[in-house]
Amino acid sequence: MPARVDALAGVDRRVPIRQRLLWTVAGFGTLALAAVVFAPLVGSTRISLASAFDRSIPYADNIDAQIFFVARLPRVLAAALVGSALALSGVVFQALLRNPLASPDTLGVSAGAALGAMMAITFSLDFSLLGISAVPLASFAGSMGALAIVYGLSTARRRGTSAVVLLLGGVTVHALLSAVIAFVQYLADFTQTFRNVRWLMGSLDVASYAPIAAALGPLTIAWAGFATLPRVLDLLSVGSESAAARGVNVERTERVALISASLATGAAVSLAGPVSFVGIIVPHLVRLIVGADHRLVLPASALFGGAFLIGCDLVARTIIAPLELPVGIVTAIIGGPVFLWLLFRRV
Amino acid sequence: MLHAFDISFAYPQRRAAGDRVLDRVSLDVARGTVVGLLGPNGSGKTTLLRILAGVLRPQSGRVTIDGRPIEEMTRRDLARHIAVVPQETHSAFDFSVIDMVLMGRYPHLGIFELEGANDQAIARDALAATGTSALQARPFATLSGGEKQRVVIASALAQASDVLLLDEPTAALDLGYQFEITALLRRLNAERRTTMIVSTHDLNLAAALCERVVLLKQGRVVAHGETEATLTAENIRLLYEVDADVQFHPLAGHLTVVPIARSR
Repeated sequence: MPARVDALAGVDRRVPIRQRLLWTVAGFGTLALAAVVFAPLVGSTRISLASAFDRSIPYADNIDAQIFFVARLPRVLAAALVGSALALSGVVFQALLRNPLASPDTLGVSAGAALGAMMAITFSLDFSLLGISAVPLASFAGSMGALAIVYGLSTARRRGTSAVVLLLGGVTVHALLSAVIAFVQYLADFTQTFRNVRWLMGSLDVASYAPIAAALGPLTIAWAGFATLPRVLDLLSVGSESAAARGVNVERTERVALISASLATGAAVSLAGPVSFVGIIVPHLVRLIVGADHRLVLPASALFGGAFLIGCDLVARTIIAPLELPVGIVTAIIGGPVFLWLLFRRV
Repeated sequence: MLHAFDISFAYPQRRAAGDRVLDRVSLDVARGTVVGLLGPNGSGKTTLLRILAGVLRPQSGRVTIDGRPIEEMTRRDLARHIAVVPQETHSAFDFSVIDMVLMGRYPHLGIFELEGANDQAIARDALAATGTSALQARPFATLSGGEKQRVVIASALAQASDVLLLDEPTAALDLGYQFEITALLRRLNAERRTTMIVSTHDLNLAAALCERVVLLKQGRVVAHGETEATLTAENIRLLYEVDADVQFHPLAGHLTVVPIARSR
């Protein structure tokens, strides 16, 4: 059953795609940019945008600029990257599996990435490949592993994807991986465990640009993959056989899509832990506004995903100030009910 | 124009057992004709269509279009020659009718190319040809079965291929829509000389629509030829083990098949 609204919401479909794309990118781009610029202004110390960007004061004396660029901007940028990576992965999983309930967390892919990353952290693995360091690599391996299990399950009988098999498979893989995560935690020492627990809730404790730079490698590869996908995802979401008959190289596309989505999820999780529900709410809200066309949904989800997580993180770090909540708690409290609402609408 | 020669095929899991879904099937389709594929369940109709569409590869034999073997063509190139209309189409997302039709333009566009005025015009033309212009802004998911099928046919027309392959296009439809789709396909063939290969269980549909029929049983062609000469009581008994009365119906203007009894 399709997720549907009776009248098509948002943009008129008869307006040429070129124009709709322009409006979509301009609209969501402005939102994302505004989030990146204004979110760092909020916090325990109030700063002003004008003085942060005031070039007449030398940087060494400009406290506002230092707070903006050193203390707060890295975290905001991390939120933007994580939010957009998770939203993009969600869009791709939903199109490939022809199911609007698929996402990195419901499929267990986030849990796989979390397990990989946690093992790399706990056992202090230290290696790198193609300039990508151990934690993102391990979390990519974890996400690929989990995805292989769930995807294999849901496509094994070549009868298209059963939503029930998919979601049950995802839940099971998630539970299984959580148990392994608990086991790894049990082996870790006490302070390590405390840090792990926070991280596993999904937390944007990013205080420098180094982890962002580390995540940019895999993210760039994933972005390049995503860039080739939009129109193909439209055709695949109508059916892989009909996509093939329209000229899509289905096997190659699926490979590109799954690897890109795993890389993006892995990078996001290695940066912020398994932040839940972003990959499902963001694409859904975006579709309500721009429609189903992936040439609009993909860029809009990337931009809105970033803005959304920046917003959630803003709530997380101000709601019980001076204490900070892990952002995963905020996204789960917003996302859980939205997910349930989606499920109810489909029944 | 479309030529299949000596096609044999077995699905991988059955290959060892030597169970062939298709056994040395040949087929010749001239431009502008409508060919019906008839046969009982499991006779290999759908498999043959999937091979003609290039979705499956036969273990032996080959398919050519205008003399060019399809295995030498890229997927996109092939899609510019052959379009497929499946039995049923569901979309997981909320595409509008015009969105669905424009997807047919995929093999004509580069990866990053957006549809231009020319593609829009072709899509509008396809909508008009299938009588779905008034539906173009509607969500595809809210259409009736017959409307959906007409939109999918419009999408296949927008693909601007030489051949349409239709896999039981009316099987999921009620009588009214079956009639409507049949009339649409006849009209498309008459007005545009669209070449079609139609697999069906509906012998009356085949009689109404197809100039020629190919009868498949257990993966082999048991008879083929002009519909009047081939759709006989004898052949129907051979295919389905059913005694049928086959008469030319003056009002319908084609043969009609009335099943009478299971033959012993």
